Amino acid sequence: MTTLPGSLADNPRLDRWVSFPNPGEVGIATGKVEIGQGVLTAMLQIAADELDVAPARITLRSGETGTTPNEGFTSGSRSIQAGGVALRYACAEVRALHLREAARVLGCDADNLTVRDGAILRDGTPTGQDYWSLAASVDLAREATASVSPKQSSAHTLIGQSTPRVDLPAKVFGEAIFIHDMALDGMRHARAVRQPRRGAVLESVDEAAIRRAAKGPVDIVRHGNFLAIVGDDETSVEAAAAAAPNHVTWAGVEPRSPLAQEANWLLQQPSVDRTVGAAEAAPVRGQARYEQTYSRAHLAHASIAPSCGIAQYKDGHLTVWTHAQGVYQLRAALAKQVGLDPATITVLHVQGAGCYGHNGADDAAADAAVIALQMPGRPIRVRWRREEEFGFEPVSPAMVVKVGALLDDAGRPADWTAEIWSGCHVSRPGAGNLLAAEALPNPPPKPVPADPPDSGGGGATRNGTPLYDIAAKRIIHHLVPETPVRTSSLRGLGAMPNVFAIESFIDELAERAGEDPVAYRLAMQSDQRARAVITRTAEMAAWNPSAARGTGRGRGIGFARYKNTAAYAAVVVELEVDEEIRLLNMWCAADAGLVINPDGVINQLEGGMIQSASWVLKEQVRIDTDGISSLDWESYPVLRFSEVPETKVELIASDSDMPLGVGEATAGPTAAAIGNAVSHALGARIRDLPLTRERIMRTLLAT
Amino acid sequence: MPSQFDFTVNGRPVSVSVDNDDTPLLHVLRSILKLVGTRFGCGLEQCGCCMVLIDGEPVKSCAKPVWTVASKSVMTVEGLGTPDKPHPLQQAFLDEQAGQCGYCLSGILVSAKALLDRNPSPSRREIGQALDDNLCRCGSHNRILRAVEKAAAQMREGAGR
Repeated sequence: MTTLPGSLADNPRLDRWVSFPNPGEVGIATGKVEIGQGVLTAMLQIAADELDVAPARITLRSGETGTTPNEGFTSGSRSIQAGGVALRYACAEVRALHLREAARVLGCDADNLTVRDGAILRDGTPTGQDYWSLAASVDLAREATASVSPKQSSAHTLIGQSTPRVDLPAKVFGEAIFIHDMALDGMRHARAVRQPRRGAVLESVDEAAIRRAAKGPVDIVRHGNFLAIVGDDETSVEAAAAAAPNHVTWAGVEPRSPLAQEANWLLQQPSVDRTVGAAEAAPVRGQARYEQTYSRAHLAHASIAPSCGIAQYKDGHLTVWTHAQGVYQLRAALAKQVGLDPATITVLHVQGAGCYGHNGADDAAADAAVIALQMPGRPIRVRWRREEEFGFEPVSPAMVVKVGALLDDAGRPADWTAEIWSGCHVSRPGAGNLLAAEALPNPPPKPVPADPPDSGGGGATRNGTPLYDIAAKRIIHHLVPETPVRTSSLRGLGAMPNVFAIESFIDELAERAGEDPVAYRLAMQSDQRARAVITRTAEMAAWNPSAARGTGRGRGIGFARYKNTAAYAAVVVELEVDEEIRLLNMWCAADAGLVINPDGVINQLEGGMIQSASWVLKEQVRIDTDGISSLDWESYPVLRFSEVPETKVELIASDSDMPLGVGEATAGPTAAAIGNAVSHALGARIRDLPLTRERIMRTLLAT
Repeated sequence: MPSQFDFTVNGRPVSVSVDNDDTPLLHVLRSILKLVGTRFGCGLEQCGCCMVLIDGEPVKSCAKPVWTVASKSVMTVEGLGTPDKPHPLQQAFLDEQAGQCGYCLSGILVSAKALLDRNPSPSRREIGQALDDNLCRCGSHNRILRAVEKAAAQMREGAGR
């Protein structure tokens, strides 16, 4: 028996994906949720194309426990690669089952039948039969077989088209589309007063002072070390929450080490070590060896909106509205946290601001759930404060990557080792990964940090192996389990720091060998799709192999295939450096396999480039003895409009039938291209991110 | 003792009463007037999600007490246009597919409106500078800049007819 494609493997029943509820209507369900990547538009294109129905007939449900497939988290650039592919196969099979039934009813061969907007045609002529007339006699409560191939590319009418985003009009006309905009009958507002860290004990609460600060009536809810303020007027609740930390005392708050702010703090920490890949090479006498160390600091998701969750406990049932990435996973975690049967909990996804990974969404929902259980009846809306989002969301761990290579006579790597130090990249909601749970009586034990398996792309090891023709490659992974701040997944996990390190190192090797960086890469790249994106990007940028170094103006290239299994992308960056970096242009060519929506893919690729540029130039989570101290947009600046360079993105036409995930494909190559361009401009290399003014000045003074 | 304030929103006179004199304009817009297009982003006047026009000037509304707009004229994204009658900026944002999560767009549209009101022919650089009070985290910047350029061109063309 073969494994079903994508998410069908875990959700084989066809009626979980497709239904024909009323005449003329099509119900489609997806477990993948809209987090700003345009996935709902792509799913509509897939379903409408494979079923041959007008998109307007489709009602799309997304991220609802009980009614949509459980497709895990919307993460890892896998929405189309896993979820979209599953939907394609499900729709193709549903279409074929209806054609088979129509053939039986009409007494003809199914090969003579086609579908046009849901109606069954025989040799192009209407038969009076359609999906809805046949639905009663086609049982979709059956397991998919994936025996029906989806359409060939040439037959696609919607797949491959740049269909406009279905969610964009509401966002341009200022409609209520975000969870923040929900106004349920009788809804109350709430804010948690955060436990400073796991294990801290709430000693005293000056309720009178908090009420004075509120300037309006508020309720103060306490359950163990979980403290919250609830009221009907959001302004009063907000004011009370802002003042509350000054009016409570905590015991057992261990100070954090400010040294942990810098990535090289990791090198002194205890770690769990392993080696993957080729066996250690025996050194050969006289063989050249080169080694360099690169690093990246902690990064925040820094969603433009702070997290929001709404919960209502009524008649023994808990309903939770959330913008989290996995409704089933959140339900399971909440059930454990509050001691309810999962069957009595419904979790519904509502759009939030872009999250780029595991931010405060799950925690805000958990806050709301805890308060709702304390105050049954009315809906409770928790909207985190900006300072709370920056201070308490899980951040992307800092990383140090030491790359070493033994070189052959041509100066190319023959043996490659990447030694990686990192905190854990994933601590999704599960046992003990919800902040509120840590504050409740009988908190769950601290979870054992574990990165995703290498087979699923890994965490710190993601893209840790270069996709070049090198005889022996290995990774030494040092997982640092104890980090000063909570860490979890951010767009690409370890891919960005690893690709930055690998592609910087490759440039250094090219320079040592006296070769052009593009030519050097192509000389050890036999993957034709990789060669194509590198070559095309260089063409787009009018790459000049003989451009002089150290002129203050530079260009650099970076390449990766995301996870070494998803989309291929190369990026060239052109910039100027004096005391600061001015980005001028960024070019990218990418191969994403079968593309559902070209403009949507380009939007994701260029968004990844600009976000990565912001990480590289500006971003570092600040840590002091209290914990995270970069709590607003002044202390955690991001790239602004006037600092964004021109971007040009091209998709390489592919004859592949399989889509390759793109959302995280450009972050690593962009980071590397910027680093390489800065090195080209300065004639000296900076190996630690972010590329701050201080680091540039230090490098300039040293040269 | 509730306080009452009269002002206009999107050309319509409104009268609102609040119990708490600190109540920000953003809260009044979203919770009392049910105009949720103006979004909450930070409450610190840093991100621009809550941008509105007050007597034509772009102002962040998240920490601006409502009493400060008494007898003034407020415009929000809902005052720009509707799906049936979109403002050229809104149409250009749709044409350019200028957005990803879209949370920042309301404030950006309002800032762009203020720019085009005072400068109908802004350069790309001027548009960028005018939008520097608005943060976008998804990286939709270039699409947004293109959309504002396009809207400006269309508005100039419309005005010239």
